[in-house]
Amino acid sequence: MTETKTSENRPSETRNGIIGRPIDRIDGPLKVTGGATYAYENALEGTAFGYILGAAVAKGRIAEIDTAEAERAPAVLLVMTHRNAPAQPDFGPAVTPTVPEVFTRARPALNSERVRYYDEPVALVVAETFEAARAAAGLIRVRYDEEPGVYDLSGHMADAYAPKRTNAGFETDSVIGDFESAFAAAPVKIDATYRTPFEHHNPMEPHATLAAWSGNELTIHTSAQTLANFRAGVASTLRIPPERVRIVSPFIGGGFGSKLIAHADTILAALAAQVLQRPVKIALTRQQMFANAGHRAEMIQQVRLGAATDGRLTGIAHDVWAATSSFEEYCEQTAVFARSLYAAPNHATRHRLVPLDINRGEWMRSPGEAPGMLAFECAMDELAERLGLDPIELRIRNEPAQDPERGVPFSTRNLVTCMEEGARRFGWQRRNPTPGSTREGRKLIGYGMAAAIRPNYIGAATARVAIDRDGRVTARLDMTDIGTGSYTILTQIAAESLGLPISSVKVELGDSRFPRTAGSGGSWGAASAGSALHNACNALKERILEAAQSSEASPLRGANATEASFADSEVRIGQRSASLADLIRRIAPDGFEAEGSVAAGAVTQSYKAYSQHSYGAHFAEIAVDCDTGEIRMRRMLAVMGAGRILNAKTARSQIIGGMTWGIGAALMEQTVLDPRYGHFVNHDLAEYHVPINGDVPEMEVVFLEEHDDKANPLGAKGLGELGVCGAGAAVANAIYNATGVRVREFPITLDKVLPALPVIAI
Amino acid sequence: MQSFTYERAASAEQAAAAVAARPDAKFISGGTNLLDLMKLEIERPAHLVDISRLPLDRIEETAAGGLRVGAQVRNSDLAADPRVRSRYPMLTQALLAGASAQIRNKASTSGNLLQRTRCPYFYDRNMPCNKREQGSGCAALQGFNRMHAILGASEACIAVHPSDMAVAMSGLDARIETISPGGETRAIPIGDFHRLPEATPHVETVLGHGEMIAAVTLPPPPPGRQVYRKVRDRASYAFALVSVAAIVEKSGDRIRSARIAMGGVAAKPWRATEAERMLAGAAASDGAFTDAAEAALAGAIGHGGNDFKIPLAKRTMRHTLAAAVESA
Ligand SMILES: Cc1cc2nc3c(=O)[nH]c(=O)nc-3n(C[C@H](O)[C@H](O)[C@H](O)COP(=O)(O)OP(=O)(O)OC[C@H]3O[C@@H](n4cnc5c(N)ncnc54)[C@H](O)[C@@H]3O)c2cc1C
Ligand code: SF4
Repeated sequence: MTETKTSENRPSETRNGIIGRPIDRIDGPLKVTGGATYAYENALEGTAFGYILGAAVAKGRIAEIDTAEAERAPAVLLVMTHRNAPAQPDFGPAVTPTVPEVFTRARPALNSERVRYYDEPVALVVAETFEAARAAAGLIRVRYDEEPGVYDLSGHMADAYAPKRTNAGFETDSVIGDFESAFAAAPVKIDATYRTPFEHHNPMEPHATLAAWSGNELTIHTSAQTLANFRAGVASTLRIPPERVRIVSPFIGGGFGSKLIAHADTILAALAAQVLQRPVKIALTRQQMFANAGHRAEMIQQVRLGAATDGRLTGIAHDVWAATSSFEEYCEQTAVFARSLYAAPNHATRHRLVPLDINRGEWMRSPGEAPGMLAFECAMDELAERLGLDPIELRIRNEPAQDPERGVPFSTRNLVTCMEEGARRFGWQRRNPTPGSTREGRKLIGYGMAAAIRPNYIGAATARVAIDRDGRVTARLDMTDIGTGSYTILTQIAAESLGLPISSVKVELGDSRFPRTAGSGGSWGAASAGSALHNACNALKERILEAAQSSEASPLRGANATEASFADSEVRIGQRSASLADLIRRIAPDGFEAEGSVAAGAVTQSYKAYSQHSYGAHFAEIAVDCDTGEIRMRRMLAVMGAGRILNAKTARSQIIGGMTWGIGAALMEQTVLDPRYGHFVNHDLAEYHVPINGDVPEMEVVFLEEHDDKANPLGAKGLGELGVCGAGAAVANAIYNATGVRVREFPITLDKVLPALPVIAI
Repeated sequence: MQSFTYERAASAEQAAAAVAARPDAKFISGGTNLLDLMKLEIERPAHLVDISRLPLDRIEETAAGGLRVGAQVRNSDLAADPRVRSRYPMLTQALLAGASAQIRNKASTSGNLLQRTRCPYFYDRNMPCNKREQGSGCAALQGFNRMHAILGASEACIAVHPSDMAVAMSGLDARIETISPGGETRAIPIGDFHRLPEATPHVETVLGHGEMIAAVTLPPPPPGRQVYRKVRDRASYAFALVSVAAIVEKSGDRIRSARIAMGGVAAKPWRATEAERMLAGAAASDGAFTDAAEAALAGAIGHGGNDFKIPLAKRTMRHTLAAAVESA
């Protein structure tokens, strides 16, 4: 059984209770009936089809490329290589001067004979059909001058360097107090090194683009999480003003951070469409996505914890060495959360990078916390055992009164409640603290838990909302719905604010012609776009009220506006009321329109004055087969304190999705980089394992009642990625509890536990 | 994928003749393996002969008391057949442990036997692979070989045969009936059907070009309990790390006879004949199962990434034998 509890509605103005309700996704029927058009499904008159040929080596230069046979192949329209691709800017330095430029920089394709990573595009074939393009790509002969490359992290630790910043602009290192001395003096210590592997996002929908030019205006139908980034990136690469680029992405089959920037499908479709003067469609194949659409980098993480015998932490250090690309830096903020999760007088975190000849890592669901907490929350479990303390008790003893890094109060922090509530619901007291000692038949059973933390980001966003003479509301913003439920929650926000049923509200997303938002990423979407829309609705209501009081035609003319409300499709001012539709028809036959905005979190006063994070606690029960070492989930529970819940159903879906990612990270997800050839070996979904239905157990999700009035006008906070944070560590800790084997190299596959499993008599 | 021509066969003889007529022709059944390989240009047939609609989709009783399974019987239909479920439960278990429901609905009996290895270097045309390109080398030998063979491999190739169904059929002593272009037929014991790699890993079976599988015959079910145990990295939709098919016949506290086949360990379903011999007449005890498992893996060789398969196969066999006895 799954229980989902959501917060009450507390906003002041209207209380018709639409926000928070577990209503079904508004786009659901379209999706299940095939009515939602995904990028590659768009059809335009005269569309040609592209197929990308990738490099067969990971480093070197193209010595010779023979395209003659491909050009002669049936139905081929164009074979594009570095020799004939339209001019583009050079890629530029590995690090951009500012963080936003990471998203907007030019990402040229086919602009050099250099090969920087395995499967980098070396040619594009465009033909009348997809099949013809693919077949012709197989006829291109390429000779490479191969150069030796560097493809393994652990073999090149000596090349590690300190980047200038981590992703999202966080400081590379942090120091509070004197960790080394505190650690040396600590009576109880943990010094553990964990390894987390390369991972790939693998959204169900591949990266795909249909590009079409009309004069010098370019329209791009693609699968994008953040339209403004795509627009800027395409404009920089093509050297045209962003205003001439329109990005359309109404439906997205998952992104998980791999669709925050434009990739080769988009750039090459735009270039080929320009050359051919007809629409061109390109999708990356599943195999190509492994090299060309980002990944989470492999990492080595050392966690050191020093504690007094009562469990109070005296020192926390988290050092991370991650693989990066030699030509474009990406430093996941893996240790950043450790700066503010637990109290300790001495803190130190560091990020170091080892450049490899691979493509750049990208933002992958819960960047930072996902790999970081996998290591750190296991180390906490190790410490609890060393101290003879319950893991929850250890965390409670280290609960900070204010943000340990910044010294500011928390906006809300209910981590302890999450853990206590979770323990009660999960039956945590049944956990046997002695590892390897609970058996059911030929299965070893274990319980594990871990904390979750994820920062609350707010991105700058604007929304436009219009009401027409029939009282129908349309909200427009360039926000995206990547499967998370944006359409639905935004509809709920507008409906509640304007006192209308959801059937009267239409939300239109995914078009760069609409007002700009920060899109979907970093779990900032709901709070950012939602707050902008909330403010837009307030502005609209003001306009309506103003006109209602002043307009000659208004039935509410002269009413006292201080007690105005919008509810049940009516406007009420003082004792007088009128139907909203009727009112608009009389006072504004052409309807009204208004905009609302929010500023980026980092620049707001509230963000400076308060530490803003979402918190949670994960619990897992697993079973390990004594004979084979197979690890299977039995059940999971997450208790989350993440501000106001906007839709109990979509919120739960986000969390169980995240928990499933936790299972994947703990048990199976790993892309193997071959140190000899520099290619990802298991680059398809048969060999790269993500959890399938059978791996996902019963999951319970509980939301604490919270309303974070410091975060934004809605009181909501980032939620989606919180489900991942710590979930994998809870699984890993359960495996330790079941077996007594502490595997510090993820994923924890059966071969890693098998040698230590006892041979139990038959 | 290179373009190809296509014809739908009218009869088994005609299909065999059509493939035999062209060195670059191939049969296609469900296409669940062949088409994937063609998309990646690992297979590049210029002509396909579609045999999926030939009337070879029946499961019939044989005079000897066994079953004759047509080559075009779908994996899902074979698994669900009541006679298979009751008399050859191990075969149903193996089929249902393979692939996904959608793939099983499409996959044929013959295609399953002839599916090619999942070695990831075989799947990447830029990598050296003797099986794909003779003489180019074997990237897996020194590479990522977690899924690879521990028995019967060679320096030239350490790939495994991925089928679950074939492992159960091996334990059941199935025979593979073929038809050749001239119309002649033969029945090949499953143990002789797949070839070990030796120096020619690209030659995977004893079939001649144009020789078509018409059916698989199962002899009457042997006495004893049947168990198929597949060990894998996730709960479903993953190839076997190792699998064990065991049939154990007990008499009192003793084992009268045992048949054991292993999957995920070699380029073919691997019969553990030495272990079978040791178990015949032995006490049904943990010690006997352990010794049998030791014997079965005596010649096993790991290649680094797959070293764990040796103890895993032993533990799985011991446990599966015990399970077969317990359920007896
Ligand atoms: C993602 C995925 C996961 C899978 N997991 C598993 C698994 O866990 N366990 C497992 O056992 N299998 C698994 N499979 C493989 C699946 O069982 C095979 O793809 C299927 O059995 C092949 O049957 P088919 O009829 O589609 O063969 P096809 O693809 O049509 O043919 C395969 C080969 O057999 C030849 N052929 C077919 N019929 C004949 C005939 N009658 N005579 C001569 N030659 C013939 C073809 O020419 C071709 O070379 C998986 C497949 C996929 C794609
Ligand atoms: S193991 Fe066999 S299939 Fe794999 S690379 Fe080596 S030769 Fe090729």
